[in-house]
Amino acid sequence: MTSRRSFVALAILLGIVSSGTPSSAQERSIVVASTTSTQDSGLFGYLLPIFKAKSGIDVKVIAQGTGQALDTARRGDADVVFVHAKPQEEKFVAEGFGVKRFDVMYNDFVLVGPKSDPAGVKGKDIATALKTIESKGAPFVSRGDRSGTHAAELALWIVAGIDIGSAKGAWYREIGQGMGAALNTASAMNAYVLADRGTWISFKNRGDLDIVVEGDRRLFNQYGVMLVNPERHPSVKKEAGQVFVDWLVSAEGQAAIASYKIEGQQLFFPNAEKKGS
Amino acid sequence: MSMRAPASDLPLMFENVSLQAGATIILNSLSLTIAPGAPTLIVGPNGSGKTSLLRLCMGLATPTSGRISWGGRSDPAPTRRAFVFQRPVMLRRTAAANVSYALAQAGAPRSGRARRAADLLTRVGLADLASRPARLLSGGEQQRLALARALARDPEILLLDEPTANLDPAATRAVEEIVLSAAQSGIKIVMASHDLGQVRRLAGEVVFLARGALCERAATADFLDHPATSEARAFLRGDLVI
Amino acid sequence: MPDHLNALQLILSGDPTLVAIVRLSLGVSLAAVLLAAAIGMPLGALLALTRFPGRSVLVVLLNAMMGLPPVVVGLALYLLLSRSGPLGEFGILFTPTAMVVAQTVLILPIIAALTRQTIEDLWTEYRDELSAMNVGAVGRMTTLLWDARFSLLTALLAGFGRAAAEVGAVMIVGGNIDGFTRTMTTTVALETSKGNLPLAMGLGAILIVIVLAINAAAWGTRAWSQRLTG
Repeated sequence: MTSRRSFVALAILLGIVSSGTPSSAQERSIVVASTTSTQDSGLFGYLLPIFKAKSGIDVKVIAQGTGQALDTARRGDADVVFVHAKPQEEKFVAEGFGVKRFDVMYNDFVLVGPKSDPAGVKGKDIATALKTIESKGAPFVSRGDRSGTHAAELALWIVAGIDIGSAKGAWYREIGQGMGAALNTASAMNAYVLADRGTWISFKNRGDLDIVVEGDRRLFNQYGVMLVNPERHPSVKKEAGQVFVDWLVSAEGQAAIASYKIEGQQLFFPNAEKKGS
Repeated sequence: MSMRAPASDLPLMFENVSLQAGATIILNSLSLTIAPGAPTLIVGPNGSGKTSLLRLCMGLATPTSGRISWGGRSDPAPTRRAFVFQRPVMLRRTAAANVSYALAQAGAPRSGRARRAADLLTRVGLADLASRPARLLSGGEQQRLALARALARDPEILLLDEPTANLDPAATRAVEEIVLSAAQSGIKIVMASHDLGQVRRLAGEVVFLARGALCERAATADFLDHPATSEARAFLRGDLVI
Repeated sequence: MPDHLNALQLILSGDPTLVAIVRLSLGVSLAAVLLAAAIGMPLGALLALTRFPGRSVLVVLLNAMMGLPPVVVGLALYLLLSRSGPLGEFGILFTPTAMVVAQTVLILPIIAALTRQTIEDLWTEYRDELSAMNVGAVGRMTTLLWDARFSLLTALLAGFGRAAAEVGAVMIVGGNIDGFTRTMTTTVALETSKGNLPLAMGLGAILIVIVLAINAAAWGTRAWSQRLTG
């Protein structure tokens, strides 16, 4: 009996120890709360090994919607936030949760819809396109998850002069999920959906979907990065976190972002301000 | 054995003991003294209360009224008694492990257990089956293993509830031989049976129960040849005693 | 994980990323099963062998908790383990340890409830024999747990199955971090969201095969040891 019990105890101990080992070795690792678009587009998969080779720092990415990522950071569960909703980010810094926000890169949003374009919105004007979708009641998938893309979509409805809160009906489908899930849903229902170009380019399950509106300057999508304020959360790894932030906006980091391509297309365009300017 | 309580459980005394289950009276104001000596056979038709009487002897049941005492004490732990059930439960381990388990529960020191278990298995004729899973033994082998487990407790009183009821004659004989040798080694045997041949072969005395009451108590030969009560006469004739 | 490969190619080439994901999945789930068994089995046995007021309420509660929604468990643990939560100082959110804790919470009720039922059934069979052998309370528990070992293996497998198949809780408390807390199920969720449906499906098939293999191995071990020890 005794030997059996001690064996079980040993096995349990081993299980806990082995599963706990990685966390004890995380001296040089940081947690970055970021967006589904940066992960689903494959950017981090490309960028992080380059950064690891340079700095020796492991970056652990939690991919969430921008709103959720900022909340994760507010709770002190991340060291760095890398998202794309400038007004929310500025509020985050103003509240004292972030140290300083840096522009990193941009891409743009695209309106994706059925190739046949049943609502007839193809063109360069996003405001007109949204107005048409609303008036015809064409199916539209909204992220509905407080993400950066969701925030951008809501801002665009205002630009189009539509109060989406009262205008939404059966045609407007809020799914409360990430970019990939929204594209899967749109693909299944032949609906229109606003997507960031990076995720769209790397998305495999397009079905009958294609870009219908792009190139409108109002579809600009800016990404920003900031260190979580260590004065708010002493657990923040400020040095390693700052190294990552600095690298992203450095010439080297910017060049790495520019060099990420899928099928020859560049997904993100670095636009950090030059150091010292 | 060092763990054994020094005091004796004998005589085992029933004073006006009744046992009821709900409204059903199982044993009715029974008084009885079981003293050291030759085997006591509890005899009677099915439903006469034999099993309940044995369970009370073991302390597995408590009387509804009346008093039971073991060597004058009213609630001693069953360290000096052992019980063999009509259908013994085999632990899901080997035959040897079943005996070792009983030895461990009886407080036998770990170091000597394996040897003692082997001795006990030899005593019941199961030495060859020591490493066999107990549940795969035949009915007779299982009953002998149950006897080995009971003897592992080094009992002063060995209670047996119709241990051969489901066994063939050969297996019955093997069990009876073990019981007789236990009796000869000084263990007080208290055994329920409704097999009159077995009663003749084993008993020093008979306690005859009918309808939950003690009807007759006599030396075996007297009971079998000159029953005193009409119930006993009917039972011995093979009539249904209701 | 290279997107251009299909799942079969990944297995055949022994893709190191995939191997790491499988190892993490199995490691976390096995650790959770061991922990939950260490707590749940004695707990279930205790509940089977004791009688006290409110016991039936507890039994119903335990049975109901077998259906705990993983997402709710994940969220509750997230709030507990977050730096701003009461257990934040341990810093285990977004680590495999947090995933082990979440899965342990999820499968503890399964193992405890099934143990309780098994032990209670076995106790009705063993009660007289163990009482006659004067077995004490602790001895009863250990004897019944040991003798019920083959039935309890099924409880462990049920727990393991739920742990290995679970995605909601590990996603929330693990964060699905590449190379660190990414499991089979969260990878399937991720590849689905990337629209990489064939790869997601292939990974799902691998997961099913692994769970099947573990069940078969457990079954074989059970049959083999049952022949040896009854």
